[in-house]
Formats: sequence, C-alpha cells, structure tokens
Amino acid sequence: MTGVLAPLPVLLPLLGAAGTLLVGRHPAVQRVLSVVVLIAVLSVSVVLLLRADALGATAVSVGGWPVPLGIVLVVDRLSALMLVVASAVALGVLVFAVGQGATDGSEQTPLSVFHPTFLVLVAGVSNAFLAGDLFNLYVGFEILLMASYVLLTLGGTAPRIRGGITYVVVSLMSSLVFLAAIGLVYAATGTVNLAQLAVRLGELPAGTQVLLQSMLLVAFCIKAAVFPLSAWLPDSYPTAPAPVTAVFAGLLTKVGVYAIIRTQTLLFPGGALDTVLMCAALATMLIGILGAIAQTDIRRILSFTLVSHIGYMVFGIGLATSAGLAGAIFYVAHHIAIQTTLFLVAGLVERQGGSTAVDRLGGLAKASPLLAVLFFVPAMNLAGIPPFSGFIGKLGLLRAGVAEGSPLALVLVAGGVVTSLLTLIAVARVWTRAFWRPRTQQPGRDTARAAASDAGPDTPDGEVTDGNGSAPVLVGQSARRAARQAAWVRHTQVATASEADDDRAEERDDDDEVHPLPGVMLATTGALVALTVALTVIAGPLYGLASRAADDLRERTPYLESVADVAVLR
Amino acid sequence: MTPTIVLPVIIGGLYAAGVYLLLDRSLTRVLLGFLLLGNATNLLLLSVGGPGGLAPILGYAEAEEMSDPLPQALILTAIVITFGVAAFMLAMIHRSWRLVNEENVGTDEEDRRVAARSDTDADELDPDDLAPEDRPAGHADSLRIRAGAVRGIPSDDVDLPSASAR
Repeated sequence: MTGVLAPLPVLLPLLGAAGTLLVGRHPAVQRVLSVVVLIAVLSVSVVLLLRADALGATAVSVGGWPVPLGIVLVVDRLSALMLVVASAVALGVLVFAVGQGATDGSEQTPLSVFHPTFLVLVAGVSNAFLAGDLFNLYVGFEILLMASYVLLTLGGTAPRIRGGITYVVVSLMSSLVFLAAIGLVYAATGTVNLAQLAVRLGELPAGTQVLLQSMLLVAFCIKAAVFPLSAWLPDSYPTAPAPVTAVFAGLLTKVGVYAIIRTQTLLFPGGALDTVLMCAALATMLIGILGAIAQTDIRRILSFTLVSHIGYMVFGIGLATSAGLAGAIFYVAHHIAIQTTLFLVAGLVERQGGSTAVDRLGGLAKASPLLAVLFFVPAMNLAGIPPFSGFIGKLGLLRAGVAEGSPLALVLVAGGVVTSLLTLIAVARVWTRAFWRPRTQQPGRDTARAAASDAGPDTPDGEVTDGNGSAPVLVGQSARRAARQAAWVRHTQVATASEADDDRAEERDDDDEVHPLPGVMLATTGALVALTVALTVIAGPLYGLASRAADDLRERTPYLESVADVAVLR
Repeated sequence: MTPTIVLPVIIGGLYAAGVYLLLDRSLTRVLLGFLLLGNATNLLLLSVGGPGGLAPILGYAEAEEMSDPLPQALILTAIVITFGVAAFMLAMIHRSWRLVNEENVGTDEEDRRVAARSDTDADELDPDDLAPEDRPAGHADSLRIRAGAVRGIPSDDVDLPSASAR
C-alpha cells in the first residue's frame, strides 16, 4: 500500500498544478481544486507516517526498474514526518492566501499563476523529502526553487525584483555546487543511489570523502541558511507577499536542513565535519539573533530569527548522537509550524496597522485583541517559554549537548541559552512597541532619526512629514538635528526608491481607519497557532517518534534494507 | 588509456571566468557568468563518465564499448534546468531595467537604514534636546500637554511638576 501512496505527495500537486492552470479563468474553481489537492496530500502523508512508524522504512521503485538502476522513493520515519508537517503548513498557508485574495478582490488581477506555482512548490518539497537518490534530490530542489523564484517575484514590483535577483543568483550558485558534487560523487562511486552511496562512500579514501562531504554540505548550507552562507535570506524574504514569505520560511530552509541530516547520517556517518558544523551552528545562532535585535521591521526580525534558529537544528545534527538528532528532528517540526505562523501573523499585522515597521505601529493590542493573542502565543513559543514546544525542543537539544559533554558542546549549550534569551528580547520588543504602545505616540515619532528616515534624504532640513502624511510638521531647528539629517543623507545616498516611499505614504494615509481583519485569514492563522499549541500537547508522542527516527538514522540499516539487500548495493 | 588534459583545463577556465563574471555588479554579466558556470559543470559531469565510447544503444554496440549513458542523462536534465532559469533571469533583468532603469544588483534600503541607525542609539539621545514630537514614547513631555489645554482635568501625575511648570 505504501508503494501506491508514496509517489502521491509528488504526483497529486503536479497534476493539481496542471489542473489549476487549465481552469485559470475560473478563480473559484482554481481555489477549490488546490485546497482539495493539498488536503489529499496531507491525508496521504498522515497515512504514510502512520505506516512508516508501524512498519519501518519502505522504498518504492518508480516505474518498476530494479533498484540500482531506477529511481527510488524512500518513506522512513523522518521523511514521512517532514511530509506531514510540510503539507499541513502548506495547506494552512494556501487557505490564508485564498482568504487574502478573496478580500483583496484579486479576481481582476492576473494572479492565476499563484495556485499552480504554489502546488509545484509543494511537489518539489515532497520530492526532496522522498528522494532516494542524489540526483532526484537535486531535481526536487530545482522544482521547488523554480517555483519559489516565481512566487518571490510575484507582481514584479521594484523591491521584489531587487530581493528576487539576490535570491535567484545565490540559489543558482548552490545548485551548481550541488550538481558538481553529484558529478564528483558519481565519478568516485559510480552511483547516485543514496543507499548504494551509503555503502560505497565508506570505502573511499578519507580525503576524497571529506571533499565530497564538504561540497554537499556547502550546497545544503546555502539552502538552509547556515551562518556564513545565510546573508541572502533576510535580504530577500521580507519583500515577498505574506503567505509566500510564510511558506518559504517554513519549508524551504527546512528542506536544506533535511538534506544536511541525510548527508550527515546516511552518507557520511564518520562525523568528519561535525566540529565544523558545531562552530557554524554557534555562529548561526548568535549572529542571526543579534541581527534580529538590530532590526525594526517585524518581517526582518522574523527572517533573522529564522536564520538564528536554524543554528539549533545544525547543533543537533553536529552532535551526531541519537539524542541530538532526535532534538533536531523535533525542532525542525516545531520550527516549520512556528515560523510559518509568525510570518502569517506579520501579514495580519501589516493589514491591521498598515505597516510592519515597529516604529510605525502602535496600539495593536487595543485595536485587535485577537491578533495580539495570535502573535503572543507563537512568539513566546519561538522564544522557548515553557510549556511550549519551543521549550521542549530546546531542552532536548541542550540535554543532548550536556550529555555529549565535550567542551565545544557545552559552549554551544551556553550559546543556545543566550540565543533563546535574545529571541525573547527581540519578540518582546515587537510585543511592547507594536501592541502596547498607545496609538497616539505611534508612527515614526520614536526618535528624531526614525522620523528623518521616514522622510528620506529628500526632505528639506528641519521639515519632516508627519506620520499621517498630512501637513509637514516643523521640528527643532537645532544644529544637532541638522547634523543628524546630513548624516542620514550621507548614509543613504543610494537608497530610497521613490516608488516604495509612495507606497508607504499611501499606507500611512489610511492608517487611522481600523481595518477589520478578514475572517478566513484570522481563522487560518488561528488554526496554525492551534497547530503549534497542539505540537506542545502531543509533544510526548512526537518526541518519541523523533527519537525512533533518530535511532533509525544512526543505525542506517533500516534505510538500506528498505531499498535493497546490502549485498546487492555493494 | 591516458587521461585527457583538455577537459580539466577547459572546465577550470570556464569556472574561473564564470566566477569572475558572477562577482560583477552588472546583472547581464552575472547571467553570463552563471551560464559559463553551468557549462563548466556540464563538462565536469561529462568527464566523470569515464573514457569515451560508442553510443549506448542496445544492438548498436557491445556493452563494453558503450560510453556511460547516465552522466549524459544528468547533463540533459541540467541543461534544461539551466535554460529555464536563464530565461527567468533574463526576464527579471528586463523587468529591473524597466522599473528602475538600471541592471545592477540593487541595494537593500532597509539594511542601509538599520546600519545608519546603529551609530547613534535612540537611548543615547537626551530627550530634552529633541523636539516634543521626537521624544521617545513614555517620556513625560512627549505627551504634548500644553498649559491650558487640559485645565479642569485632574492630572494623574502624583507629586510631579507638570510639563509646563518645568
């Protein structure tokens, strides 16, 4: 039965994409079709997970070709768990996007391309999770990247094109590194089948192994946004529409993390680069979260926390113990849900307050108490406040680190605690400013500098546009102020395309109206928040599942034997 | 069979030129650099197939004389992907040109803004030096209570001089 079901998470979205493309002129049909497809994918994934947990790993030879020749899809506990979380989150985001589209009246705009692209993205993610050979993994990556290029630049406004170009070029580089690594792996072993590689790579000289491993890791670390290779993420993600950023933040980086887990456990279990990974994890955690604290835009804060928390997962992988891997797997599941939810909430905040810049927001708790709850719960969860799943995941990782006991692991444990604390500071700043500051003190009046930055370099000295876009307000003529303005002009010679500012001015104009939040979007976000809370409630069984998956990964034999007899693989 | 030196030299040259072009700020050069890198990688894949041989068609050649078909299949896939992505990038470059009349890698404005912010932190400014509108939230004088404006409404400040009295 698994044999029939396993290809469906890839096939259904692809067929669905074709279907939605065909009915592109009927947005209602399109919406129903894509929601139905994702519900089907979710149910199939749940069945796959239950079967994988009960019966162990299963491999499916696509097209009936015998194992070393054909493409295999492998469903084990890890990939099935990833599939379930990913498809649940994708479904939530899609419903959110439908709600957003319906309220914005997008029937008139030529956005019929959103649904097919979104489904292709889901197909690519599923394919990457299920791939049983290295080249199929590459193809999965390319499918999801291609879809993500389109989604990220949806609408083609200037900021999106700017962010999109960075994203595309960096992704292309990582793909090329990955492809070259595949070539070298094939040259060294004569196969790209993961199970066969697991057997054959161990027989290579140590130097060759490290070369291949580091090439694969570089490619995956770019995708997962691990520190020295993470600069692209906060640059490009915040420009996209809220649902798109949400699904990217939830899924795309985690596919990279999944690939790192596979590489480290299945292909190179020797732990040659574990120290490097641990150091990268520490740098990712700390530098990411320090970046988040410096930011003043909610989406950018969230993008930086995303980078930072990737460090936790890499930490778990770098430990290379069962406990560490179990913590990393649990953390991936938790983080997919939580990060997606937070980005959706940021979308709601933008809708409610007209901006995501913390300096411009205020009084949200009074304007919409429900929104405040929807932000507060996942934000505390992200920071790792007990009893939420974020706390459980972090606790598991820290315990694994202490149990491992090496000095580096202990440093990482300390780094993890500090990161958690700094995350709390970052989200608490958003919470106090955007939600609790009285609305009258709100936009951009925080500091003279913020006011000046709102006005941009073109504003004459001493005159700053009021937050509501009304008549200019005369501010202090002091020399300090003039100097500050001059400094601002110097610093932003390049910046501030006029178009973006016009957009913001419009947003500011209707700032004072209270936008009622559309029910569908609120309900979906609420459902996802409920999902993150549910992860806390079922944390026991889930952590058990993660531990069993980690044990499988450490043992390697369940994966190998599901594909073929080990003798055949040799 | 002696290994050929030609392929590695070409691959290395293409990689070098590709990386050089990729580091340029002009997007067209970035695209060209990407194409060179893609071709270099394809050649690398071709060279991993081992020594050349006859076309791998059953009945046309013996199994021992065939060249390895798998790298060629991989290359075909990679070419298609590179082609698609290159087309998409061209479209983006064109769009960028239409929108902002330049085809350079753009600057992240928000990033610049944050960088500009960081040299003086808001907390270091003396609130009394600032105009009332600019004072931080919570500063007593930021509430803009002017003398006379609120007469008759009792202040909830206990034992504090009012804003105007200072």
